Parts: sequence; structure tokens; C-alpha cells
Amino acid sequence: MPQVFGPRANGLLLFILVGLVFAGGVAAVVGIVVLRSDWNRATFFAVAQPVPFSHAHHVGELGLDCRYCHTGVETSASAGLPATEVCMTCHSQLFTDQKMLEPVRESFASGIPIVWNRVNDVPDYVYFNHAVHVNHGVPCEACHGRVDEMPLTWRQKPLTMEWCLSCHRDPAPNLRPLNAVFAMNWSPKGDPRQQGEALINLMHIDPKNLTDCYVCHR
Amino acid sequence: MSATDDAGPNRRDVLKLMGASLALAGLTACHPARQIVPYVRQPEDVIPGRKSYYATTLAIDGFGFGVLAESHEGRPTKIEGNPHHPASLGAADAILQASVLGLYDPNRAQTPTRDGVPAGYDAFLAEVATLRGSLAKDWGRSLAVLIGPETSPTLASQLAALRAQFPEMQLYRHAPLATPEADAASQAVFGRASSPLYHFDRAKVILSLDGDFLGEGGGKLAYARQFADARRVTGTSSSMSRLYAFASTPTLTSAKADHSRRLRASAMGTVLTAIADRLDGRPTNSDPMESKLLDAIAIDLRQAGPNALVIAGSRLDTATQAAAHRLNARLGAVGHTIDLLPPLGIASDAPDLHALADAIGAGKVDALLILGHDPVFTAPGDVDLAAAVKRVGFSAYWGPYADGTANACRWHIPAAHALEGWSDALGFDGTPSIVQPLIEPLHGGRTMHDVLVAFLGELDKNGRDLVRARWSTLDDQSWAQALKSGVIDAPKPTFLMPSVTATNATPTSPSSAPSLELNLVPDLYFRDGAFAPNTWLAELPRPLSRMVWGNAVEMSPATAKRLMVDTGDVVEITIGSRSIELPVAIEPNQADDTLTVPLGYGRLAGGAPVVGTSAYGLRKQNAAWQLPVTGVRKTGARQKPITIHGNFDTEGRDIIRTAALADFAKDPAVLARNKQPEPAPDDRLFPAWDNPEEAWGMVIDTGSCIGCMACVSACQAENNSPVVGPEQVALGREMHWLRVDRYETGDADAPQTHFQPVPCMQCENAPCEEVCPVNATVHTHDGLNAQVYNRCVGTRYCSQNCPYKVRRFNWLQYQDFSEDSPLSALMNPNVTVRERGVMEKCTYCVQRISAARIDAQDGNRPIRDGEVVTACQQTCPTHAITFGNLNDPRSAVRRAKAEPHNYVLLAELNTRPRTSYLADIRNSNGDADG
Repeated sequence: MPQVFGPRANGLLLFILVGLVFAGGVAAVVGIVVLRSDWNRATFFAVAQPVPFSHAHHVGELGLDCRYCHTGVETSASAGLPATEVCMTCHSQLFTDQKMLEPVRESFASGIPIVWNRVNDVPDYVYFNHAVHVNHGVPCEACHGRVDEMPLTWRQKPLTMEWCLSCHRDPAPNLRPLNAVFAMNWSPKGDPRQQGEALINLMHIDPKNLTDCYVCHR
Repeated sequence: MSATDDAGPNRRDVLKLMGASLALAGLTACHPARQIVPYVRQPEDVIPGRKSYYATTLAIDGFGFGVLAESHEGRPTKIEGNPHHPASLGAADAILQASVLGLYDPNRAQTPTRDGVPAGYDAFLAEVATLRGSLAKDWGRSLAVLIGPETSPTLASQLAALRAQFPEMQLYRHAPLATPEADAASQAVFGRASSPLYHFDRAKVILSLDGDFLGEGGGKLAYARQFADARRVTGTSSSMSRLYAFASTPTLTSAKADHSRRLRASAMGTVLTAIADRLDGRPTNSDPMESKLLDAIAIDLRQAGPNALVIAGSRLDTATQAAAHRLNARLGAVGHTIDLLPPLGIASDAPDLHALADAIGAGKVDALLILGHDPVFTAPGDVDLAAAVKRVGFSAYWGPYADGTANACRWHIPAAHALEGWSDALGFDGTPSIVQPLIEPLHGGRTMHDVLVAFLGELDKNGRDLVRARWSTLDDQSWAQALKSGVIDAPKPTFLMPSVTATNATPTSPSSAPSLELNLVPDLYFRDGAFAPNTWLAELPRPLSRMVWGNAVEMSPATAKRLMVDTGDVVEITIGSRSIELPVAIEPNQADDTLTVPLGYGRLAGGAPVVGTSAYGLRKQNAAWQLPVTGVRKTGARQKPITIHGNFDTEGRDIIRTAALADFAKDPAVLARNKQPEPAPDDRLFPAWDNPEEAWGMVIDTGSCIGCMACVSACQAENNSPVVGPEQVALGREMHWLRVDRYETGDADAPQTHFQPVPCMQCENAPCEEVCPVNATVHTHDGLNAQVYNRCVGTRYCSQNCPYKVRRFNWLQYQDFSEDSPLSALMNPNVTVRERGVMEKCTYCVQRISAARIDAQDGNRPIRDGEVVTACQQTCPTHAITFGNLNDPRSAVRRAKAEPHNYVLLAELNTRPRTSYLADIRNSNGDADG
């Protein structure tokens, strides 16, 4: 009966074993890198829109307040997107011949809404509420970034549970006085943490209770 | 396809394309393109993401109930009672709760049909316009209109206008649940037909003979509130009204009675005779039952005088009901605990279905308009309405489903849901209120007013104009106020001031009663069948029989023994020449020699499942409710009725606590007879939870609970609970987060029935939390056992470890949660729609807690007592549920927990539930029991 294992069997086995460990390592690194990549989190990708709306122009250059268009942000879970007629308050007078505003005019004339593509989104089992955040000193900028510098809007933060929890566990560094919530590029005078702690006391925020599952999942 | 056909792609191309699209699909799956669609012109009062409420009215059996409909960006998702409306007082029943499902029901008819073929509404209008021309020639002599039980004043004025155009028109009315016996009794005693209005807030002693005022009728929610308020026990010093009930079939009312006896319907009159004899001091020759009880009732009634109230079921024979009226009059109760209203229904004296069939048979009808209620289904056995309708040249049916009547008529016009169109209705006390639409008709349905507009030739009028014109006496401000508050400020009908005619007819004697009688009763939730297509109601357990998805013939154990049948045997019941086959269900509280079959089942309605068997065919003219049984034959087939929770015995455990008021007042400890030794407060494995903000708790008063199941239906609507179907329920996989258990205590022959709603107990030492391997059920800072659906992997250990069995598992994908699903718009957007393989349960309506907390935090204040109202609590007609913050010393729930009759379920297990119960205290009369 011939030998079952030939002379190179030991070497082959070693090669396979080392190869498996190596392949596993590569897969883990690739997995981690891919999972945490901007690609996977859809951050920093400007999303194509039916009208190339520029926050950089409207907020950065013209200085419109966030609440002019996102009217529900202080009262509702949803910040809200402006109705076509809000666009038309200015654009019935300004840039009325611009080709890129054609969808807005068409929507206003036909009554068919503009369908925008979502930039920031959380899964359906997450119940995010804008009002409670902005009313407790969480600025727009903390999650949406410097929209006043975005010619087209992109997602600035990963919106992962880890990221949400990082602030729910320790909100102090992100908090601002209520009069600065809608400001862009604002920085506190003095130590941000100290000021955040003062705001936490003032607004009765209890970070211990912010990490209960049902705060976001119902 | 031929081999030479090369126009299409070949196999290789197809595979390439498939591969490419699969690869692309894989890429895009990471970032599904989701869209936001804002308004073009945003309505002023709509803030996307915030719900709004509109006051409107929904009708059951024609009676209006004021409701507040919750709307999310224009989608009605939930019904609450309207606190301003006297018929609902802020509560809603199971049918009202389930009506939102009726709105989105995919089985509703979606297009007008002519001879079964889809046709445009314009074609219908054109045909009606032609018809009007020919009708005008003979003053509408050949036009017949068939209406159901309606109270809409707008409909009444439209019918009057139609009568003005076609003076010879024939108007018929078919109300399958009509009780001509009640009208006749009132006629005999008070000289005119009337409908009673009870005052349970004034009644001290109530005697009910098959009268189910808690379960049926336009006043049931208001009566339940009055009844419960008059019987609420606080502390040990309390006064309660006393209820004696005789029932042929157990009802919600007989279940709440302090003394309840089984008695066949035909013998009810003898009880009244015996009591009247005692009141008059006449010697009684024969007592139908224990003399001691009758003595006690007579003494109580006499003592109560005008505060007494005798209620005979409206389906009993005329003589018995007349005797009850006379007894009320004799006691001075008329005008005090009972008032009489003129009949509220439109054309309540119009000829019925038999007259219509005769008129058609005589060739007197060329055009027939049927306004709803599926009369082909509800017609008695001696009227073949389908065949009659087919002989009419022009027939049109307005109704929500493609049902038997729609199939018989030439035209079927789909009806708009009450949330889709304008109308109005009268409440049980005559209070008018407006039905206003919350949404455009989903399938282009029409209201009955729209259809009548076509016959009136007033096509320029819309629903709002019609209702506004009917209430033209209101100025614009009062109209706006009526829409806002949900009640029209109009003079109510005045009470009749009757004089009792002296005739002293004796009720029928039991000697003439048949050996076996069949009671037909309307189903508690399907009513006449109008709500039979609603699957929430099909799957809602009937409070006493615990049955779902079907009906059965109910009988007492003794009768079943005599007939040699058992639960699940299919029997053929013969009445004269007609028969039906139904499975047997044994009901211990059923009167002997009485069979009971609920009506409303077996209705064909579009694609909706046909549930149970219809018993309408057993009826004949003048024999609608109590029928003598010709024969009962065992067919040999078996069909077990699907029930949940079949054992009504506590098996000696301390599950339901009950005591007589007198004993309880002496010593509250009398309640804890079966109490097990309880663990010490510090006897726990894990450290106690710290609740720095709120500590939520609930108290459920089993004394106030009438078992109406409104809470279960409300929970289903609020929490997006699915319908699982009969097969799954039979496997014990029902998905209601809240169940209402029925228990029987006391004497086996005349037991007391108790209801116990069981939601999640929110234990402080929660057995579920300790066994979850993935931390999907966790304790929150305010004491809830939160369930994290997106973390659950479905081991079901938690359910196994739960002693209360309040967790529900999604064994299958019970809901379609794609956005294309017809029910997706029904879902409460604030509650996750659960997936297959996930455990779910009650969390005290955590979405409502969160909403209240966010509102409070936005105002930088604590949550107020009463600000968080759970769905079950909100809809409860008797305020049996109290919910709130146990950390707040002034909260209502703290007060309730301090009551001496507060107890927790299975305390010996040391689970420390946050939900506790108040014992069911009954005002038993110590002299009544022999």
C-alpha cells in the first residue's frame, strides 16, 4: 500500500495553515476598514438632487437662518423640508430664468412636489427627534457639519449607533447656549467642557438616562 | 416562441445582464436611495412629524359616537373617544378602535360596477338621470328606497327632498337588529313607541333581565361610565349600586352582576310576575327559582323606589318588556332612572323587507336604491331578496364591499368610509354631531348623500354643502365650533312624559315555552355583520366565550349532556324547515334548554375571509330573536371552536381577589384568603433599581373592568399589532399584547364572573431580563422592561421565564411592511413594525411616554400627572386603568396603590410587578343567597 501523504505534505499543511491565518487577518482588516469607511457610512458624498441646491450660497453667503426652511425643527421630530412655495418666495423674483430652477417652477405650477434624495438618514427602528435636541443646546453643526460650506449637501457624520451614543454618554462638549444652536462656526469663550457642564445643569439633562434603549428605539 | 425568432435577447445576454444587475444591486443595497417629498403648499396647521386630532363621528347600529381621529400628515391611524360627546365621554369601544382598519381594508370595493363589470361613476349618473325622467311621469310610484338603521339628519332631509320630488315613492327600512317587541311594549304601556334612556348615576338597585346595557346599544360607553362610577370602591367606606341579573346567555352585564342567575328567555316574565306580586303583597303561587333571592330583590327594589331600575332586554317578548315598564312606573323610576325618548332612527315605522319583497313580487317596483347594510345577507329566511332584486329593472346598491347585495344589484357604488366623507349622526340621547372626512376617499368611494344627490338631480352639491345646509341654523362660528368640538349645540329631543295605561297584562307563562329554544343574539363586535370583514374584530376574543374567527352554538353543560354532544361536535339545528350547521361550545353560565347563536357571521364581503356561519336564514317574519327548536342532530363532523384561555378556574390560587362589600368594609384582609407567603422586601438577588426621575406604574381595577375588550383593540391599533389568522391563534400564537382573562368564583351553579386585563407587569425583578442572552430586554431608568426589537434574536427564553405569559413572539412574518402594502398607511409611525423572529410585548406605550417626556423637556419642566395616558387607559369606558408616576406622591396611581384592596399578581414569585390590581368588590346582598 503506497504512502497516503507524500514528501511535501508537511510543507503543504504548514502553508495552508499560515495562509488561513493570513487570509483571516486580511479579511478582518479589510472588513474593519470597509465597514468604517466613508463609502460604507455614506459620509462626504454629495448626493445628486433634482435641483443642485447650495447651502453654501443660501446659508454661507446670504445668511438665511436654518429655520426659514426647516420649520419643524423646534417643534417636531422631523425638521421638515421646505414646501415649494417657500423656495418661490424668493425665486418668483430672483433667477426666474435659470434653467436649474426649472423643477421648482414646474412643481409650483403643477402642484407635484419635488422629490429630494435623502442625505441624512437613520434606520426605521431609530426614533430621532430634532426638537428635543435643538431645544437642549445640541447645535445643527454637531450632526450636520458646516452646511454653510457645502455647495451640495453631504453627510458629515457617520450616524452610527456608536456615534450617537458617544454624545448621549457625554453631551457636554457638544452643547451650546440656545442662542447659538443655529449658528455656524461658533466656538465658546472659555473651556467648552466647563460651559457644557453648566448647560447640562441649567437644562436638567441627565446623561445617565440618555442611554436607555427606549430613548431611541420603541 | 419560434427558434428563428431572434428579436429577443439570447440566453447569454440575459445571464450577463442578470449578473450585472445583481452586482449593481449589491452595491446599491448599502445606500438605498430614500426620498423626501415635501409639500408644494404646506397646509398652515400641519407640522410634519406631529400628529393632529380631528373631531368626527362614527356610527354603530346607526347611533353616533363622537371620536377624535388621530392623523399623521393626513393619514388617520387611531381613534380615541371624544370627551365632549355624551355617547363616548372620551372612551371608545373595540369596534370604534378597529374602524381605522376598515378604512385601509384592501378588501373594500374599489370601483363602481354595473352587472359585475367595472364601470365609471359617470355612467351611473347618466343612467340615474334617464331614470329620473321616467320616474317623474308617475310621481316616482315605481321607485323604492331601502334604508338601514340610520339617524343622520342630513339623510332625513335628503329623503324628504326626494319625497317632495317623487311624492309616491316607496320607502322601506330594514334593520336586522331591530326589536319590534320593544316598540310594542312601549306602545302598550306608554301609549307610544319610545326608546329608553337610563341614568345609572341615579340607580341604586338595578334588575336586568337579559338587558345588556354595558355591551350593546348607542349608550353603552356612557352607561358603562355611569355604572362604574356608581360602584367605585375607594377606601373601605363606599356606597355601591346593586345589580341583579337574569340571563339566558351570559352578557357583559350579567358578568358584572352582584347576583346573577341563568334563566331561559321565555321564563323572564315569571320573575317579573313574582316580583310584582311581592311588591303588591299578593301571594305568589309559583316561584321560578329560589324564593329567597326574589324576596331580596323585591325588598331592595321597594326600598330604592325611584332609584330602582328594571331593564328587560329589548329582544324579549312584548309582554315581559311591558311588565318591566310597568314595574318601573310602579316604583316611580320613570322620569328618574329611566327617561323615554322618541325613536331616533329615520323612518323607524317604515315597512320592512317583507313588504319590499311583496311589492317587487306584485311588480310595483321598477327602480330600487339600497343604502347599505347588505340586506341580502341579513334578510330572514322567508325573504329571497337576491331573487327579488334581480327582477327589478334598475337596482343600485351603495355599500363598502362587493357583497351578496352588490352581486344581486345591477349597480354597485362603493361606499366611502366614515373617515372619508361628510355626514352626521345622532347619539343615543339625540345629540347630533358631524361626520367630517380626514382623508380623500382612497378608492373613490361615495357617501350615501352623494348617491342621493344623483337621484335628486342636484349634482352641483358636495357632501359638505349638504351637511352645512342641513345645519343652516348654525352661524359660521357655531359651525366651526361644532366641527372643532365634535358636538352640535342643538336642542336635544325632549323626554316623553308618558302616562301609564292601566292594563295589567300578565307575561307569558313558561308552560307554553318549547322544550328547547334558540336565542339569536347580535355578535358583540360584528353586530349585524357590518363589521364582519374587519379582521381585528374577527381575531378579538369574545369576552365570555373567548372565541375568535368563528361562531358556535352555545349551550349549558346540562343541555349538552342531554343532547349527547360535546364542545367541537358539529350539530345541525333545525327550525321549522330550515337548518344550519355549527360546532357546539359549552358555556357554564348559559341557561338550560337554551341554545345561543350569534348573528353577523358568515358574511361574504369582497375578498374578506368569511368567518363563521350565518344564522339569518333561520329567521322568519315576526320571529327574529327567540325561535323554538325543531331538532338538533349531531352530524358526526368535528370542528373545535378556536378559543384562547379556556379555563375559567383559578385552581385555588390568589389570582383574582373578590369579596362582598359588607365583608370588605368590616375587614379588608378578607380579600387575601388564598394569599401565599410573600418574600421580604429585601429578599432579592440583584440590587434594587434606582428610579431617579419617574417610576411608572399601573393599577387595574377589576371591579370596574367590564371585559368589553376595548383596551385590547386600542392596544392593537396603537402598537401596530398584526392579525395572525385562525390557524395561528389555534396554535396559541395570538399577538395581542394585552389579554383580558375571565375567571369564575363562587357557587358552581351561579358563579360570579370576573375579568382581569393582563398587560406586561413591568416587574422590578423581571425574570425575562435575567435570561436574555443578548440584552434585548432591559430595565430602564424609569422602571420599564424595555424590549429592543432590533437587538432580539428570538431565543424566546424571556417568554419561557415569564410567569404572566405576556410576551408574544413573531413566529412568522405576520405583517407586510413594504411601503406598497395597503396597510402601511395604517401603521402608527411612532412604533416599530416588528419582523419575524422577534419577541414583543407591552411597554406601557413607551412611545407615548417618550412623546410626553420630550414635550416636558422642551418646556424644561417635569412630566405632569395624567400627561402620559396609555392606549388601553385612554379608551377604557369605565376608567378601570390608572397609570402614572409612582415617585410623585400626589399622583392618581399612588393613591390607587394605597387602596386596601390593591394587590399584585403572583406576589409570591417576588417579581415585584409595577402593574397591580384592585380587587373585584361586589355589593352582594347577604339575604339573597339561600
